[in-house]
Amino acid sequence: MQTPLEAIDLRCVRGERTLFEGLSFTLEGGDLLRIGGPNGSGKTSLLRIACGLLEPESGEVRWGGESILRLKEEFWVRLLYIGHANALKDDMSAVENLGVASTLAGIVADGRQVAEALVRLGLAGRENLPVRVLSQGQRRRAALARLALGAAVPLWVLDEPFTALDAKAVENVQELMRGHVSRGGAVLYTTHHEADIGAAGSRRIDLAGG
Amino acid sequence: MIAALRCLILRDLRLAARRSSDVLTVLLFFVIVVSLFPLGVGPDPKLLRTVAPGVLWVAALLASMLALGRVFAADHADGTLEQMMLGATPLGVIVAAKVLAHWLITGLPLVLISPVLALQFDFSQDLLGVLILSLALGTPILSLIGAIGAALTLGLRGAGALLSLLVLPLYVPVLIIGAGAADAAASGLGGTAQLLLLGAMLIVAGVFAPWAAAAALRISVE
Repeated sequence: MQTPLEAIDLRCVRGERTLFEGLSFTLEGGDLLRIGGPNGSGKTSLLRIACGLLEPESGEVRWGGESILRLKEEFWVRLLYIGHANALKDDMSAVENLGVASTLAGIVADGRQVAEALVRLGLAGRENLPVRVLSQGQRRRAALARLALGAAVPLWVLDEPFTALDAKAVENVQELMRGHVSRGGAVLYTTHHEADIGAAGSRRIDLAGG
Repeated sequence: MIAALRCLILRDLRLAARRSSDVLTVLLFFVIVVSLFPLGVGPDPKLLRTVAPGVLWVAALLASMLALGRVFAADHADGTLEQMMLGATPLGVIVAAKVLAHWLITGLPLVLISPVLALQFDFSQDLLGVLILSLALGTPILSLIGAIGAALTLGLRGAGALLSLLVLPLYVPVLIIGAGAADAAASGLGGTAQLLLLGAMLIVAGVFAPWAAAAALRISVE
């Protein structure tokens, strides 16, 4: 389905501390790669480097053989990133938020698809409430509803997707991730949630932390 | 790209409409500052007529600076900015959309209300056009330049003071030329030269400032 993501000899320094060095991995279509490790071991930094939000101290991330920092938008249309922050506007409803987010990401979705995505994440009946009144878990669901619209985006990078979610929602999200991998997409994610997603092509890299 | 642009401008306008106190603060600040001058300076019509362009311009500049901190702050805090950086649209275009929305929310109301405020200064009706036009051309320049400063100071503590120091030197030429337009018109020279200069500055700022701000944002978010 796609050209792979390659991380080559990454080294990340935050402040005075070297979080990791000499880290290399390849992510191809159908791969589900989990980044493990204790708090502060550089999981989020690694994901941000893989997205191109953060420049590594040395090393390079490539997509289809070309550095992502040179590809820029060409790479970013193929990327769906959900970070720690939900990127939701408190004063707008979940529907409005999701509509704006998908337009920004270059995903074409009509009103019906947006509504379906929210229903899929269990937000039926709450689509039109301002996000301000939603609970933490519901906000996370509203943010993750982008996954339901992002089937055509080859690479998903998810930072702690299961935070604040209940068991049902965790299962929903895992199902979306499984579906994406089985379609030939790639998923790179971190979590402290010990659960087997049960997809072929699951791998795990643990950061030691320093 | 156009869809993203429109969507973002509409989003910012909608957010401003739902949180109108932020917008009103800036407008109210402008009205108060301008209205205090006739009270403080005294009722000499000749003097008031002379200071009117300068007072309106200085007040507009300060009001625009007051609003600057908010251009990117909210999007930075809730993570939307990261999504914008990883979107399909080049960041420079997104910044341009945000600055345009920011000007529509905080700059345009100032321009629209200034004819009313100019009445307090007994400002000549014939020269009003020049003054309004200079503000209409000048305030977007202020927003564009300010966006670079706002991007550079994003996420810093005490960003407000630093931001003022950063953008003030760049605001000064705009202020001199902008206020000069109405002065020149009043003295019979005609303000065309200043207005053309402002127009040229607006074009240059409109082309370059969004990209400079985009580069600054990438550094700040790291």
